[in-house]
Amino acid sequence: MSEASDKQAKSQRGDPGFLKRTWAMVVKEFVQMRRDRMTFATMIFIPILQLVLFGYAINTDPKHLPTAVLTRDDGPLTRAVLTAMKNSDYFEFVAQVRDPAEIDRMLASGEVQFAVEVPASFERDIRRGDRPSLLVIADATDPVATGTAISAVQGLVDTALKRELRGPDDSIEARAPPFKLTLQRRNPEGLTQYNIVPGLLGVVLTMTMMMFTALAVTREIERGTMESLLAMPIKPVEIMIGKIAPFVLVGFVQMAIIISAAHFMFGVPILGSVPLLIALTTLFAAANLAVGYTFSTIAENQLQAVQLTFFFFLPNILLSGFMFPFRGMPHWAQWIGEVLPLTHFMRIVRGIMLKGNGFAEMRIDVLALALFLVVAMGLALLRFRRTLD
Amino acid sequence: MKEIAIDVHGLTKSFGSRVVVRDLSLKVPKGEIYGFLGPNGSGKTTTLRMLCGLLTPDAGDGTCLGYDILTQQEEIKRHVGYMTQRFSLYADLSIRENLEFVARVYGVANPRRAAKAAIDRLGLSGRAEQLAGELSGGWKQRLALGACILPNPKLLLLDEPTAGVDPKARREFWDEIHGLAADGITVLVSTHYMDEAERCHELAYIAFGELLAKGTAAQVVGQSGLSTWIVSGPNLHGLAIELRNRDGIDMVAPFGAELHVSGRDSRALDAAVEAAKKEDGSHRWTRGEPSLEDVFILLMDSVKDNFAA
Repeated sequence: MSEASDKQAKSQRGDPGFLKRTWAMVVKEFVQMRRDRMTFATMIFIPILQLVLFGYAINTDPKHLPTAVLTRDDGPLTRAVLTAMKNSDYFEFVAQVRDPAEIDRMLASGEVQFAVEVPASFERDIRRGDRPSLLVIADATDPVATGTAISAVQGLVDTALKRELRGPDDSIEARAPPFKLTLQRRNPEGLTQYNIVPGLLGVVLTMTMMMFTALAVTREIERGTMESLLAMPIKPVEIMIGKIAPFVLVGFVQMAIIISAAHFMFGVPILGSVPLLIALTTLFAAANLAVGYTFSTIAENQLQAVQLTFFFFLPNILLSGFMFPFRGMPHWAQWIGEVLPLTHFMRIVRGIMLKGNGFAEMRIDVLALALFLVVAMGLALLRFRRTLD
Repeated sequence: MKEIAIDVHGLTKSFGSRVVVRDLSLKVPKGEIYGFLGPNGSGKTTTLRMLCGLLTPDAGDGTCLGYDILTQQEEIKRHVGYMTQRFSLYADLSIRENLEFVARVYGVANPRRAAKAAIDRLGLSGRAEQLAGELSGGWKQRLALGACILPNPKLLLLDEPTAGVDPKARREFWDEIHGLAADGITVLVSTHYMDEAERCHELAYIAFGELLAKGTAAQVVGQSGLSTWIVSGPNLHGLAIELRNRDGIDMVAPFGAELHVSGRDSRALDAAVEAAKKEDGSHRWTRGEPSLEDVFILLMDSVKDNFAA
């Protein structure tokens, strides 16, 4: 018995057929992928659709944001400031209120996204050089929508006042800015707009990659083709690699679509190295494919496989830092997040694109992804049923 | 002494508490077409799967082509062609792509050329690019057999290969199998059809997981100890109902315009027939030969009784 298994192990190690059989599997999977129009369409359309949907939300230059105004001062300076804001097209004054409580209510209900409060002696204080405070409150739960408008306010008001204060009050202008802009963000933890598009790369890859391989084994079982596949001299590891490899290429295509859209359509910078980004995204795609393949060996049919992927997908989206700031979550949630591949990829992709990180800063996350890949593949091989028992 | 292709002893397999195959031993000589018969759910498919390494037997051992079925499944898979009962090639691959896949997995030297040759041999040259799923039942079977023999196996395990295939296609299929056997390939084929059983060199009959009879068709009939009378005349249906209740008559089966009346004990059967003749002289009685089907149905009934008891 032990002698026989010894012999088997030996023949497996130096097996020249390994590549041939794996290649057979890869070719087969490619043809099937190409022929399954629905799947093929999903591969391309999911990233595009998500980008369009999210892209709408992350319109980096949103205009006509509903704004409430509370003025306790009615002088020409106040009017000049408000007119300038209005002319910028960023703000649309939809309500004139008298009570600060009213502002709170309207912000909370989402009726307005901004509120501007001009203090009682705004004009007089400016002319005296007292630097009064102009309060702008932003609903930053949608930071993407309010981001640019906020950054525009200071400039807008400055210019308006400069124009107005020309002449006798030149001296005041010279000490500009003559007022304090007090910015209140509701939801100070808010993400910046750039966080979303790179994150989207991770989300799309998680969803599509996992789904494709999750169906890989169960589909063969359901269609009855597993029976003859198992009767052939092909090994579980060859089947696994043969099924995962073609989808790495699909991940490549999705990556190309999303990164170019992020860069060219939404102006997300890529500060770090593009080859590094591609290499690590490929690693991430492979890790997800391996997870999907593992699910495929656990589930008994395609429906179960899909359910399993959703079960895994949700915490990935919620706890990875894609939706909520990672450090703002309770500790237990952070712990769960740490074992999800998307969490590490979020750090990698945001690190490379937005912070210009290199490999050294991210080696722990890279290691985590690699570990994930190896563990998932090992588990899949353990779970893979070589017989129909 | 002839070379033995399959030699297994005491194969037993259960799923849960249900014993599907019980203590089955089989010896199939090389180059022979060995028929594997039995009703649905009798354990034929399970046995074939144990032989090609798809299932692990709970008990028993043996060899296939000299390789141990418990430890050398890899070698067995390399040299055995297994044709599943249900079409199990890829419906969304074309005929050519399916065959090329098989050729590559088995490490055939030039997969494209091997697939092309198989397509020509199957007479499918014009349809190489057609999807396998779009083929009719008969062509699917031919393709499946073609895929099985492409890597030049030494043993074929065919699980009801002609179920649902028209008579002409069946005939061609069997001609092909005889051709393969003539080339030295051993074929173990399971079937429901009696005419196919008679085309086999040797038979094994299995019901409820137990091997009930084996040998050539003539041997199986001879071993059964069954005697048969053939009756013709008016109102055979009424006569059949009446005869079934008589002692000594185990089986009455209509065959066209005749009834086959059989019994295990020839003396008791003759007595019963004499009595029936006396009561109603309008029928013509002649001695006949029991058919394989008679023998198998009788075998099946006898085991069912054992199981009920």
